[in-house]
Amino acid sequence: MWDSTVGKKAVMAASGLIMLLYLVAHMIGNLKVFFGPGEFNAYGHWIRTVGEPFMHYGWTLWIIRVVLVAAVVAHATAAYQLSRRDIRARPAKYVHKKRGSDYATRTMRWGGVILGLFIVWHILDLTTGHVHTGGFQEGRPYQNVVDSFSTWYGNVIYIVAMLALGLHIRHGFWSAAQTLGAGGRARDRFLKAAANLLALLLTAGFVAVPVGVMTGVVS
Amino acid sequence: MRLTLRVWRQRNAADEGAMSTYQVDGISPDMSFLEMLDTLNERLILEGEDPIAFDHDCREGICGACSLVINGDAHGPERTTTCQLHMRSFRDGDVIDVEPWRAAAFPVVKDLVVDRSAFDRIIQAGGYITAPTGAAPEAHATPVPKPDADRAFEHAECIGCGACVAACPNGAAMLFTSAKVNHLNVLPQGAPERGTRVLDMVERMDAEGFGGCTLAGECATVCPKGIPLSSITDMNREWLRATAKGARR
Repeated sequence: MWDSTVGKKAVMAASGLIMLLYLVAHMIGNLKVFFGPGEFNAYGHWIRTVGEPFMHYGWTLWIIRVVLVAAVVAHATAAYQLSRRDIRARPAKYVHKKRGSDYATRTMRWGGVILGLFIVWHILDLTTGHVHTGGFQEGRPYQNVVDSFSTWYGNVIYIVAMLALGLHIRHGFWSAAQTLGAGGRARDRFLKAAANLLALLLTAGFVAVPVGVMTGVVS
Repeated sequence: MRLTLRVWRQRNAADEGAMSTYQVDGISPDMSFLEMLDTLNERLILEGEDPIAFDHDCREGICGACSLVINGDAHGPERTTTCQLHMRSFRDGDVIDVEPWRAAAFPVVKDLVVDRSAFDRIIQAGGYITAPTGAAPEAHATPVPKPDADRAFEHAECIGCGACVAACPNGAAMLFTSAKVNHLNVLPQGAPERGTRVLDMVERMDAEGFGGCTLAGECATVCPKGIPLSSITDMNREWLRATAKGARR
């Protein structure tokens, strides 16, 4: 699987879909911020108690984290190795330059790097609190979110990353379907529409939170 | 028509190569692009210069020998082969850039001629039926459903010119390989080697140093035979199916 370009791309597609699934859940969870600190903080606590009493406190969340880390590592490693190979396969550029594929397709690599860096920032900001401004409080996610989006750079980093995410999903979701052999002529329009819809909904859903804080809807 | 050509000149594989500018005059809009190059070459020979080397054979769009990236497009501005591209697609006074196919797996031999034998080796890896077929069999001996026959023929149209590789930002040969795999894999004659064929051909494709697919779609846009991008999706499905089944010689 890993030795072939087709297999490696399939790993990339599958890991991308796992992350996408998580993002949908994450976005829905985020929107609870609009219903006040009580509901949002309770939701944050609930994530840690999912599966009890079968699971111990926090176990389910840790399983999700391990799966996500594995997906990110597999996705990034495959992307890096395939990109290296692609660049080697086209060493000489054409003298007559042509702007080929669309913006989302051309920005997959650097967009992916931006998203990778954002994930690091995002975890240090709202999970561990290392780069958090305004005094990070464990177990009080509502206040942490408000503090984060009360700085201009917090908003800029987040919104830029979410726009990159939308573009990445726009090409990525449709591509993943083709890579896993699920596409085809009949389904192509549906898949393209689904990719655009997913990209739009996720970007809008995520961006709604900093916009909410900036406009004072969330405070 | 009077044109300015900027052509890639490279003495041999070791030479660095560069673009050279030529003025060509007296070009008829009814000439094919290759006839226009012939006209220039006749003059270069008379002037004692080395004529521009380029690949060509049937000149009727069915052999896949001609190539050329014209103004950044593989086979030029029309969706056809360079031999079927006519000068009426250009305007008097145009500046036209002519370059060879660019890919690590297609090294330049001379000027605009590249070595495409990597494609032959992909075919050798599985683009055939092992059973000796002899003369053309009786048509009704093996029934083929019409949709399958159509799909097989659509892929069989590939002439192996390599425009897909030339246009791909990753120098990938996915469209070529998928056309060859699907052509045989949808037919009953190709069924016994369905799994090993796709695995062997993809393995050879990788070994030749082609890039991977990022679904940019450039290949299907330039393909003179209209092989669809979904051909790659179909091959991915065949590859995953064969891998899951553990098809190996």
